[in-house]
Amino acid sequence: MEARDATAATGAPGGKLDPSRPLVAARPRYGEYLIKGLLAACAVISVATTTVIIISLLTPTIGFFEEVSFSEFFSTDTWAPLTADPSFGVFRVVVGTLSTTLWGLLFAIPVGLLSAIYLSEYARPGVRRIVKPILEILAGVPTVAFGVFAVTFLSPEIQDLFPSFVKTPPFAAGIAGLAIGLLIVPIVASISDDAMRAVPGGLREGAYALGATKLKVATRVVFPAAISGIVASIVLAGSRAVGETMVVLLAAGKTPNLTFDPGASVQTMTAFIGTTATGDVATGTTAYDTIFAVGSLLFVMTFVLNMFAIRLVRRFREVYE
Amino acid sequence: MARDRDPMSERTRLATAGARAAVLKNLSRQPGRDVWTGRIFLIVLLIAIGIALLGLAALIIQSAIKGQPAFSMDLFTEGPSRVNPESAGFRPAIIGSLYLIGGVILLIVPLGVGAAIYLEEYANRERWWNRLIELNIQNLAAVPSIIYGILGLAFFVRGPFDLGFVVAAGSLTLALLVLPTVILAAREAIRAVPPSIREGSLALGATQWQTIRRQVLPASIPGIATGVILAVSRALGEAAPLLLVGAATFVTADQPNPFEGGYSAMPVQIFNYALDPQEEFRTLAAAGVVVMLVVLLAMNSFAIWLRNRYEQQW
Repeated sequence: MEARDATAATGAPGGKLDPSRPLVAARPRYGEYLIKGLLAACAVISVATTTVIIISLLTPTIGFFEEVSFSEFFSTDTWAPLTADPSFGVFRVVVGTLSTTLWGLLFAIPVGLLSAIYLSEYARPGVRRIVKPILEILAGVPTVAFGVFAVTFLSPEIQDLFPSFVKTPPFAAGIAGLAIGLLIVPIVASISDDAMRAVPGGLREGAYALGATKLKVATRVVFPAAISGIVASIVLAGSRAVGETMVVLLAAGKTPNLTFDPGASVQTMTAFIGTTATGDVATGTTAYDTIFAVGSLLFVMTFVLNMFAIRLVRRFREVYE
Repeated sequence: MARDRDPMSERTRLATAGARAAVLKNLSRQPGRDVWTGRIFLIVLLIAIGIALLGLAALIIQSAIKGQPAFSMDLFTEGPSRVNPESAGFRPAIIGSLYLIGGVILLIVPLGVGAAIYLEEYANRERWWNRLIELNIQNLAAVPSIIYGILGLAFFVRGPFDLGFVVAAGSLTLALLVLPTVILAAREAIRAVPPSIREGSLALGATQWQTIRRQVLPASIPGIATGVILAVSRALGEAAPLLLVGAATFVTADQPNPFEGGYSAMPVQIFNYALDPQEEFRTLAAAGVVVMLVVLLAMNSFAIWLRNRYEQQW
């Protein structure tokens, strides 16, 4: 390929180089091939990781479904996989996950999006230069810290304010959701801010020229133009909330209640995996395989969300960059 | 400005001022309602960003206040103890975390940078397998951490590697977890080196690898270092996967051999202290959170400073 480019670049009338001095290397460079191969192997590790994840989930999951029927797993609503007379209606822990995710998103979407509008449309460059890195740094606070914060601060404070809110203190889906919400605000704010800043200035100026106010420009022009990136940020944050483990282990409890009540204790899919894997469950039993079956379901749920978000992000990049 | 160039006559200045006043009077008038909705909207925006920053500030301040009684050297020199929680600490957990992170760094630097170089410098975007690798890395970056714990349990602890519940299994699991972060950051850093640098080097007769090693990599080191630091700080704070690959609570042994014996890690120890209903242990958990926050926030701030400081304009 390089040789061909070089020929084109010379632009000689004949279009040909002196054949006695070819532009290819005198001898093949095996070292270069070796290096390329090694580097490609590094890249392939990522594909191998996904494959290994799928294999390690799938094998015990198949074992699980040999014991428990598909219809029992997906359509019954009693969840007691570790008892002597086990039942495997996964619906309960799925609802638990959806409940904490819902409360988390209810907090994070308005706070995150309004913060993003402020950072991208209203903040002076100086303010932005300080606030944006702070948000980025705080995205690195470990999730266990949010969990400890939820049980040692949020839960007692909320019990003081609304004594009858938390049914089984200190655990409540809403408190876990609030902590998850705080944790995903930086994701929503940061990605949405990037998406809104990618909207070309010409659109804003056009709207101003037509007499629009700053509020109208931000909400009716920039926001809709950046909508794919904004939705992507929410979907990614949702995927993060679904997979969040430490906060729900500490703050949501272990009771698989079938409810969206923010004051009730729920067991999420991740919390089930976390508690069961650390308890004394013998390898090879159906109870042990349940960890992997729930893990598979969790993987599929987040996979769908991630793919959707990746597609949306690509779209806004293609349009404006 | 205008005065410097061309001193205006009194008459011109008067005319300009008059025209300006007329324009402002007629064109800048907004209906009162719009002015007020604009102001209210700005206040709502400020409240939102205030809540976001305040919530996170509350987390830091509350941990500091709550953990304050436990701040002493015991935190670093003592192990967990059921008998006297007043003097219990994090010593084995800190040592375990250092071992884990050492392993993670050894694994992610060569693998992450290697993959990034391949994808940016060699891979042909037209080929479907290269696109697959790319999509795959983006997806892996968003897979929940507990799924990596399941992978570690099935593959490193048991299964093909069969290492048992040891530090090495924890390191391998965490390394796979943060590898996508390193690859994505390193790719961005490599992409920021302009093609003209490569073309110049190739035109002088350097091979592709010589170009990468002598031109591209040195120019992208700050970006790569930022990615590695962010990845390491994420690995340091992760607890969920470690629960599955065996970081236990009551480890008293000081120096774990990476391939045998139980280990503990800082975030797991904090989690276990926080689960305990006894007040002393909760205080310890809060103190542990403060220690981790100091280390992690320092690392992240350094990484972001590094990125902004050495961001090269070509």
